[in-house]
Amino acid sequence: MAETGDLEHTPLFDLHVELGAKMVPFAGYSMPVQYPLGVMKEHLHCRGQAGLFDVSHMGQVILRGESYDAVANAFEQLVPMDVVGLDADKQRYGFFTNDEGGIEDDLMFANRGDHLFVVVNAACKEADIARMKAALEPAVTVEVVTDRALIALQGPAAEAALARLHPFVANMTFMDVVTANLLDAECWISRSGYTGEDGFEISVPSDMAEALCRALLEMVEVEPIGLGARDSLRLEAGLCLYGNDIDATTNPVEAGLTWAMQKVRRAGGDREGGFPGAPHIFSALAEGVAQKRVGFLPQGRAPMRAGTPIFASQEGGEQIGSVTSGGFGPSVNGPVAMGYVGSIHAATGTELYGEVRGKRMPLTVAKLPLIPANFKR
Amino acid sequence: MKFTEEHEWLRVEGDVVVVGVTAHAAEQLGDVVFVELPEVDTEVSKDDEVCVIESVKAASDILAPLDGEIVEVNEALVDEPGKVNEDPIGDAWFFKMKAADLSQMDDYMDEAAYNDFIG
Repeated sequence: MAETGDLEHTPLFDLHVELGAKMVPFAGYSMPVQYPLGVMKEHLHCRGQAGLFDVSHMGQVILRGESYDAVANAFEQLVPMDVVGLDADKQRYGFFTNDEGGIEDDLMFANRGDHLFVVVNAACKEADIARMKAALEPAVTVEVVTDRALIALQGPAAEAALARLHPFVANMTFMDVVTANLLDAECWISRSGYTGEDGFEISVPSDMAEALCRALLEMVEVEPIGLGARDSLRLEAGLCLYGNDIDATTNPVEAGLTWAMQKVRRAGGDREGGFPGAPHIFSALAEGVAQKRVGFLPQGRAPMRAGTPIFASQEGGEQIGSVTSGGFGPSVNGPVAMGYVGSIHAATGTELYGEVRGKRMPLTVAKLPLIPANFKR
Repeated sequence: MKFTEEHEWLRVEGDVVVVGVTAHAAEQLGDVVFVELPEVDTEVSKDDEVCVIESVKAASDILAPLDGEIVEVNEALVDEPGKVNEDPIGDAWFFKMKAADLSQMDDYMDEAAYNDFIG
């Protein structure tokens, strides 16, 4: 993203520079795209050991009202998720929809007992906050958290590493959320992430963020990981990047996100509809969709990047889809991509062609994720 | 050895010129994951796009630094593109060409000038 104005710094900016990161503009922030290890080794380290990510540019928002139920009922007006039925100390994936049934942003939300905690994408956070304020105030207060950093510790050794700072985290399973002190700082910890690996996301007071990261980075398992590897990790894991793989024109059914819309909110459910664009989403669920998001495994070694047009045959014919995210997958050890194709071409194993530099190269439609997920269920 | 502003190096070996990318270029590109080489016996003009090099970050081209003919390509890079990062000015040469006019080399920088160029 091109930025002309001054870039914001996260509380970890100085540490990134000290660690030798290459800093780039991202969603208005100066963020580390890679450290001296490099994208490939950072990616493989995260899958093999543990990687530490600064995601403080994302928006952290607390929604408070009379009770959790009151807040959850209000929030359900904005998202097609079961918020009311989410157990205390649990987190869930979701997205804001618009009147056409498109996706305005994707997010995580957690039932924190007396309030709802929401984490949204950096590039969308101003719009998201405005949307929540317009829809929810004054019955619900929308409190933007500005005094906390957000970090992610991801990978098979994440539990062992973080448990040295607080043994309780070993008891958490996927999507659990707790408040716990790390280095005497009150942290909000969830067992989640965006890499396809087990791990944790930790909201930490800004003035303790650097100390916490240093404590983790001192551990032999932990390396800092930049946005470059974050992108290849989430792509292999089949996770959407908002703005690339999903946007305001994407119906969640096309995007393969039906699983995220619990039955209680769908047609016939106890709290059916009531979110923007519900009729469009219900008709997509009932009648099917013209295109679907799928994984692509190019058969050669050439990466197929975002925008690569997809065809059904090696010569002639109309374009039937396109790549929305693509590159090299270090764990797959070859090119990986995802994108949309007409539903009749979306079956796993279908052979299609991506046009790279004027040449149509074969690819295979693949089930997402492209690597097995490694969550602690 | 000569260097271009496109971060290629050229080394004369007998009657052919060996071409690769500089260590600086390899570092800027990041981990190289794909290399597409020209066909042997292709006639090329200076500044023709002759190779594609893709890293974890992006795709870029290598331009023919001289008029001439491609006489040999380094097939090993196709299977092991990571060599470009490991040994950019040694093992990871891209192609050898027979130059139509070796005086075109005179336009390029020597090592000291290239080091100044990349700062």
